[in-house]
Amino acid sequence: MAHESLTADRVKPGDPLPELSVEVSASTVVLGAVASRDWRPMHHDYKFATERNGVQDIFLNTPNQAAWFERYISDWTGPYGRLGRIQFRMRDSVFPEDTMVFRGKVKDVSTDKAGCTWVELDLTLSVGEKITTSCSARVALPASEGDNPWQRKGDQWRPEPAAA
Amino acid sequence: MSDLPDEVKEWIGQERYETEGEFDVERGYVFTTCASVENGNPIFWDEKAANEITDGFIAPPSMISVWFRPHHWAPNRSEQALPLQVHFDLKQKLGLPEAVMTDNTITFGDPVRPGDRLRTWQVLRSVSEPKTTKLGAGRFWVIDVVYVNQRGDWVGTETYTGFGYRKEN
Repeated sequence: MAHESLTADRVKPGDPLPELSVEVSASTVVLGAVASRDWRPMHHDYKFATERNGVQDIFLNTPNQAAWFERYISDWTGPYGRLGRIQFRMRDSVFPEDTMVFRGKVKDVSTDKAGCTWVELDLTLSVGEKITTSCSARVALPASEGDNPWQRKGDQWRPEPAAA
Repeated sequence: MSDLPDEVKEWIGQERYETEGEFDVERGYVFTTCASVENGNPIFWDEKAANEITDGFIAPPSMISVWFRPHHWAPNRSEQALPLQVHFDLKQKLGLPEAVMTDNTITFGDPVRPGDRLRTWQVLRSVSEPKTTKLGAGRFWVIDVVYVNQRGDWVGTETYTGFGYRKEN
């Protein structure tokens, strides 16, 4: 592997992911909305957000939060980590001048019938003491040096967790 | 679900609103998205790394719905297209004027690559019995949005859980 990447043999349940702290500005919110082609005014128009939506400012949109979580996960896994599934629930909004903090923990490590190694993650996005978004993710990691989850296709790629 | 309108019962499991993206997957939007979240993953920026790891450049998986969001303006279009039409159909048909999305799950299949032209359709999976929450009285529903590429290969599915409701007076 020419690029540094995490392998599953170095991961165990309970391992924490490094925190990521980001200062949110109006540019963060507007860039995220434009990047996800979300033209709704509450993500770029202060007057609309405050007077029509009754919130304190423009706020981060859902698709861009997914992109932030993806970046947070791949910062940890390196480029060989392949996202299989992500589930999130937004509880509150993220506004300019907030400091958003991403945290995560390894919930489980397993190998499926196709031989792919999966890591289940519990993740949160917080502002201050408040969790604004909770997220769970299922990520394929190389089992060891030389493995590459991106090469998996068809029956070899099973991003849905097996039924209990 | 005996009190659901027959038309809504027929929607369950039916593939509806199949449509093709308005434009090809392209790297400009990949860069804009990566820049918006400061994502330096080399598979999106470095051709050598992309060739070695993902057999060429791909788009970030979380961008899957980006390729279907309508332009803010387009010639000869009089109405704003709605990206999750089944959700709005349910609100209208069930007489539930308010709605929130409570959960969003995205499952990723084959990587999406620059030059791909994706297709999508929506499937209503379920509608709950009437429920009352602190928001009001209504129903929960689950909608899948399925995405495939121009070869018909599955590239992902978004699953939304919505709650349509009427505010308590």
